[in-house]
Amino acid sequence: MLALLVLVPIAVLLLMNLPWRGARSQAYTMGVLALAFAEIFAAIALPALVGVGEIPFLSELRFGLVADDLTRVLLASIGVVVGAAMLVGQESMKDERQRCNFASLLIVSITGMNATVLLSDFFSLYVFIEVTAVASFILIALDRGVLAVEGAFRYLVLSAVATALMLGAVGLMLMSAGDTTFDAVRSGLAGGTSLVRLGLAVFMLGLFIKGGTVPFHAWLPGAYSAAPPAVSVLLSGIVTKASGIYALIRIAWSVYVPDEQISLVLLVVGTVSIIVGAVAAMGQTDLKRMYAYSSISQVGYIVLALGAGTELGVVAATFHLFNHSIFKSLLFVDSAAIESRLGTTDMTRMGGIGGKMPITGTTASIAMLSAAGIPPFAGFWSKLLIIIALWKSAHIGFAVIAVMASMLTLGYFLVMQQKAFFGKPSIEVGAIGEASIGYLVPAIALAAITVLAGVLFPFLLDSSCSFLLLGKALPW
Amino acid sequence: MNAELLSFYVAAIVLVALAGLYYLLVTTNLIRAVIGLELVTKAITVGLVLAGRLTGKVGIAQSLVITLIVVEVVIMVVAVGLILNAHRQTNDVDVRRLRNIKG
Amino acid sequence: MNDYIIDIVILACLVLSAVWAVLSPRLLRAVVGLALASVCVTIVLFRLDSPLAGVFELSVCAGLISAVFISTISLAALETEESVVQTSKERIRRYWFLPPLLLLVGVAVTQLALPDMPVQAITGEGVREVLWNQRHLDLLGQIAVLLAGAFGVVVLFKGFETRVDKGIEIKETTGK
Repeated sequence: MLALLVLVPIAVLLLMNLPWRGARSQAYTMGVLALAFAEIFAAIALPALVGVGEIPFLSELRFGLVADDLTRVLLASIGVVVGAAMLVGQESMKDERQRCNFASLLIVSITGMNATVLLSDFFSLYVFIEVTAVASFILIALDRGVLAVEGAFRYLVLSAVATALMLGAVGLMLMSAGDTTFDAVRSGLAGGTSLVRLGLAVFMLGLFIKGGTVPFHAWLPGAYSAAPPAVSVLLSGIVTKASGIYALIRIAWSVYVPDEQISLVLLVVGTVSIIVGAVAAMGQTDLKRMYAYSSISQVGYIVLALGAGTELGVVAATFHLFNHSIFKSLLFVDSAAIESRLGTTDMTRMGGIGGKMPITGTTASIAMLSAAGIPPFAGFWSKLLIIIALWKSAHIGFAVIAVMASMLTLGYFLVMQQKAFFGKPSIEVGAIGEASIGYLVPAIALAAITVLAGVLFPFLLDSSCSFLLLGKALPW
Repeated sequence: MNAELLSFYVAAIVLVALAGLYYLLVTTNLIRAVIGLELVTKAITVGLVLAGRLTGKVGIAQSLVITLIVVEVVIMVVAVGLILNAHRQTNDVDVRRLRNIKG
Repeated sequence: MNDYIIDIVILACLVLSAVWAVLSPRLLRAVVGLALASVCVTIVLFRLDSPLAGVFELSVCAGLISAVFISTISLAALETEESVVQTSKERIRRYWFLPPLLLLVGVAVTQLALPDMPVQAITGEGVREVLWNQRHLDLLGQIAVLLAGAFGVVVLFKGFETRVDKGIEIKETTGK
């Protein structure tokens, strides 16, 4: 049953690209949106769906797919972000053929990400992270402009280094644990050979690079800002997360028993990423680059939460991952809207946009407040959970740093608000109006999710925590 | 396998990987960067098969290597596509003009 | 030791062709070095009882990659005399310490006290069994990545025509 999540997208992709007669490009968009909705539905209804039983043909396939609540959170995030990206793409890509290619590559990345969150083997993890990555490289360079191609190539190079590390680690795992599955490595770790630990550590190092943590983040700002607007939504919303960060959470949850050394590495990497990302974001004049550095900072929070080494830490990390997908893609949807009206994302030319584009401005403010951890938005709860997790696991110093960095985040968002959204309208801004409906729909939807998640979370806290705690990699 | 031969294997893997990695990170020519990447991939291929041979799990190692080769070929094709596009934009023949991207 | 002399020679060839690929100033020679390294890897794979992987490596890597590289280079027509001469000075500055560094690392690694590893009997299933019956997910991954590559080709390679001689501008048709 779970196999459908990876087979259906491929089937849809092949069907869409057969040489049909008649209007094609609308079919592409519809296909992607249908997949996105199906994915969100699947995320919510997964236990019921799996309970239905196995399709005879599918039981022949030995995919080794496993799902738990972590999977469901990721599937929901993937569905939402892909839907938003497609809507933005529908609006922002005028060339029909480019839009069709965009849709096709979106489906490829859906396949890659779905498989990534469902699998239970380290080598397959490499394979599907690469599938997603290849789709990303092409998507970044979709308009074939110089900056975009540059960004894509730099991403490719660093991604290749990460791949080399991950594969080397797989080799070590093969040597010491005998197989590359999560179960094999887990028993290998319990057995106590240091070679397995080394393999796991090297693999995680590769994941740090893929996820854009400091000091391996060099590719991220260039790729995020040079990519076409719809692609930036996809990249920032889910791709770096599903590729690198999810895998770290999965390892923390299903594979290893936290030990002091690995926890320390996670804590340090997380903290450094938070600080560097936040500081660098303040100095940017381009909206998309600022958001890119902010992403680096937020990913730092997720890694920091994992460093706490407790179950609460994993829950906090997962929730923050979900929140970040929502509010970061919202920010990029808004920046796409601004770019469509103003023609630029240069903040120095953006004064007073909030007045001219009220809905865009409001949703962007909601996203920023959520990112800064202000109640009642969702970001507040996930950051609170992270700080509590660190506090309870006796990493007080890191908790303090997390709090202070949160204030730093608030600082730069306020600065940015002032610069771009409020204040006197510049001449260019005076001429524009609100963005078209194609941008507003995803923006409002994403903002609504952030608000709802924030408001409802206290009521869901008990049940959601117990969900995640109980669902320890149950193969349904 | 005695320790001496094993150390030769490991040395070869490390040296090729190191040479390739260094090439990849230092060169300013995009095509050379891809060559460096390919060298690293070769080192990893040998490493995986060696691990498989030593533990007797030859089947798994070869499957991994075959999949690895397919994935890396696609990545290489995309890289070459990017290079050609970058070159087309700069519209220049001289190889030195390809430098800007690597920085 | 005599038993293994073949292996050591092949490994040496591998390292040497890799180093040659890195150090040679002419791009075409670097590609040839890469192809040679591929051949050496193939032989190594055969020696390690992995014939299927060896065949794959030989056909795909040595053949396909070299073909793609060489056509890329000729398509973009990158070799000009002056650029070779000029870059070789920079190259010496940048790469001079690589051979000694590699030598040092190589010696260091061979001195490492690696244990005698008994080569275990070939247990487990054969390649075909594993690939076709167990690692289905990897097969699906290959299909997915090939699809991605196909779209990559469609997106990135549209509108190129071969150059007749390097002096001529590339004619482009913007595919719409």
